[in-house]
Amino acid sequence: MPHTDEDIRKMLDKIGVETIDDLYSDVPSEVIFKGEYDIPSSMSEIELRKHFEDLGKKNQSLVIFAGGGVYDHYAPSVVNHLLQRSEFYTAYTPYQPEISQGTLQYIFEYQSMISELTGLESTNASMYDGATAAAEVMFMMVASSKKRNKVLISSTISERVLNVVMTYAKFHGVDVTVLPEKDGVTDIESMEAALKEGDVAGVLLPTPNKYGIIEDYSGVAEKIHGAKGYFGIYADPSTLAVLRTPAEWGADVACGDGQTLGMPLTFGGPYLGFISCAKSMLRKMPGRVVGVTKDADGKRAFVLTLQAREQHIRREKATSNICSNQSLMALYATIYLSLLGKKGLEEVNILSCDGAHYLYKLLMDSGKFTAVFDKPFLKEFVVNTSLDMEAVNAKLLKHGIQGGIILEDGKVEFAVTEKRTKEEIEKLVKLMVEE
Amino acid sequence: MKTYDKLIFELSRPGRKGYSLPEDNYNTNGFDSIPKDLLRKDEASLPEVGELEVVRHYTNLSNKNFGVDTGFYPLGSCTMKYNPKINEELSSLPSFTTLHPLQDESTVQGALELYWNLQNMLSNLAGLAEFTLNPYAGAHGELTGLMVMRQYHISRGDHKRKKVIVPDTAHGTNPASAMVAGLEVVEVKSKPNGSIDVEDLKPLLDDTVAGIMMTNPNTVGMFETEILEIADLVHRAGGLLYYDGANLNPLLGKVRPGDMGFDIMHINLHKTFSTPHGGGGPGSGPVGVASHLVNFLPNPKVVKNEDGTFSITNGEESLGNISTFMGNFGVMMKAYAYILTLGKENIKKVGPLATLNANYIKESLKDDYLLPIEGVCKHEFVFDGLKDKSTGVTTLNIAKRLLDYGFHAPTIYFPLLFHESMMIEPTETESKETLDDFIEVMHKVAKEAKENPDDVKNAPLTTIVRKLDETTAAKNPILSYKALKEAVK
Repeated sequence: MPHTDEDIRKMLDKIGVETIDDLYSDVPSEVIFKGEYDIPSSMSEIELRKHFEDLGKKNQSLVIFAGGGVYDHYAPSVVNHLLQRSEFYTAYTPYQPEISQGTLQYIFEYQSMISELTGLESTNASMYDGATAAAEVMFMMVASSKKRNKVLISSTISERVLNVVMTYAKFHGVDVTVLPEKDGVTDIESMEAALKEGDVAGVLLPTPNKYGIIEDYSGVAEKIHGAKGYFGIYADPSTLAVLRTPAEWGADVACGDGQTLGMPLTFGGPYLGFISCAKSMLRKMPGRVVGVTKDADGKRAFVLTLQAREQHIRREKATSNICSNQSLMALYATIYLSLLGKKGLEEVNILSCDGAHYLYKLLMDSGKFTAVFDKPFLKEFVVNTSLDMEAVNAKLLKHGIQGGIILEDGKVEFAVTEKRTKEEIEKLVKLMVEE
Repeated sequence: MKTYDKLIFELSRPGRKGYSLPEDNYNTNGFDSIPKDLLRKDEASLPEVGELEVVRHYTNLSNKNFGVDTGFYPLGSCTMKYNPKINEELSSLPSFTTLHPLQDESTVQGALELYWNLQNMLSNLAGLAEFTLNPYAGAHGELTGLMVMRQYHISRGDHKRKKVIVPDTAHGTNPASAMVAGLEVVEVKSKPNGSIDVEDLKPLLDDTVAGIMMTNPNTVGMFETEILEIADLVHRAGGLLYYDGANLNPLLGKVRPGDMGFDIMHINLHKTFSTPHGGGGPGSGPVGVASHLVNFLPNPKVVKNEDGTFSITNGEESLGNISTFMGNFGVMMKAYAYILTLGKENIKKVGPLATLNANYIKESLKDDYLLPIEGVCKHEFVFDGLKDKSTGVTTLNIAKRLLDYGFHAPTIYFPLLFHESMMIEPTETESKETLDDFIEVMHKVAKEAKENPDDVKNAPLTTIVRKLDETTAAKNPILSYKALKEAVK
């Protein structure tokens, strides 16, 4: 707040009032706050830094073997450096395209890269997170199908995603059926039975699923399309560099959380949600979209497009209320994917996968862990154990390790990324199994 | 450099790489054991580029952007404050950025303490009982707040209350959020001065009303002077008052929404609490409620235990989860740093100085621009285009001409009350010199409109790209590099 007393005096004179308080003369005096706020006095930068460092000391940075939809992947140093360019992070939404070509172009590149990963042709500028993207996909299915109001969701989708989808469904009035699982994968027979009952707008299935399993969706698209429903896949975008894509499974729409594209964990956010879809669903896709056009001189340029779908035009007739995107995180994903490129993201998956299988093998060899599912997995898997995992995880914390996530039924889920080393994995297993 | 026009894909050469990864020394056949029909057939056509090319490419793109650090944004309703640099640095401390959201509670006590402190500070500043910081953005906060509203009525067995009253001047997100929350929108008319018509409101207040959504100051920057009467009427009808925090800035340090009778509100941390807009996000939209609504806030919540430690809990009466974890934590860190920097003394100056700046610009320009609503405004005000309507120069033309002079455009054609709306909000962080420069340019543009109207009508003339063909872009959408290549063929 740069004003000097003299500035304020001159400005008040121009306005023609005596004091700044006079600018609030229209406010009923009983609502003017006259007390003192219960917050600390102003801190200098030195004090503020110390306060944050002190808070930071109450946290513990760990060697992480937890996943659950959020993975400790590595992003090259360049990503953070470029993200600190204030021309990017202090910019507003690119509503004035003539002075926002930087933002508009990276969103276009982001859309292009996510479409490459999903195989679906249209991607929006991003959503808040994977769970809200999944809820919006549910709305897209209902809106695209016009008169149908039922959506089937596999119970093998992350429970945190399912919780959010159920909240949205409850208030908006969408009829969600959660499909049961069989041996760790979606029970396709019960999906077929539910489809036969009719009124199904769409089906949302995960890959990899909440147990880390890569489900086989052969023939699923035919069944859903045969019942005139839309097929959606909730995917970890990082894994799509190697796994069969939503488009290859025959899906019409894909969504998921972009955190896996090297984003810092930051206690749960900011990350981003993505949505990609086939042309048939484009007009019902929520959020911003950037397209290519030309300027008055014929020069290639980028611009927000298809805005007639959005809330500021359609108000209560819009299919979504979203009015922003996680733009800076989309830039993060774009730079990450540019650096890793075609080969790097494959390597990340192979390294993570081989590390996870190495850990799995050591656990099985230890005799203290047993297999739960005999299904293919990439970087995350679930095992049974005879150990008291609460006590084991508490012990691991003392060694700076966050162990696997303990599931409700006592099973344990481990995740391994390219950041973990053979030594870390061996240390984890040794600490867990030693008496 | 501003002529740079490559896409990252156009720099790609097979075999180039911009990363390094450790050797795979696991000697397992893990990846090879995955059945081939579960793998993708063709490689994704991601770019193959070197590190330096990536650095130059995105640095060049940044040069094609305008941000708060580049220049002044008189953007109405968007509160484009300066984003203090220390906040950026503190929010990237590894002791926070390395925290996995599912790691053991005992190892994230600092993060939970920060969440707890910020939620309490916001409650105190807003005059409400409790906040959730989980919503990701303003519109997400609106949706969450409306879910609280519905959950409250449902908990009382009052299932017929599904109408939410929204002023006809409201931001588009208000009616859209109501729709998503399963509520029906009923519009209440505004008076010519933009404030709610209480006489029009009264007949709408029956026993099907869930509540009303309002901003105060309203969309034209005027304080709703009848707010206490409105609050009384709505409450007596059994409804709740929702405060859209989009326009909170002029009240910060002066008036608390809770004291005006509001039951639920959201705050845009990226407006009032100075976190950067990030080219469209991430933002953060905390939702606060009065004491009778606390139990309905979304899960999970942070609680302070008797021994001074913090825990994450789930409430039984809660409306449910609206986010995967606990919101955009990285954004909260910046808002927390902002409040601590200002402290309880300086935060009282925020609203008043923002209001001073807006009134100063308004009074300085009203000879050239048509001011449809006289009187003292708050943080923003609206002009209805040029005063001299004979030039044929529109608000759009003026907005684009401002780009030539190095300013961002104001918010234009909103609110819908006037044909040539131009909404200006300077915020408290701009100096008198910057405001004077802007005023001078606005006078100059008004003069040009009379003397060389074509220069204004053809603007912008000096930006990196000129006026864009938006119609073709929408008619034949090209949304990816792949589609672009096919279109060129």
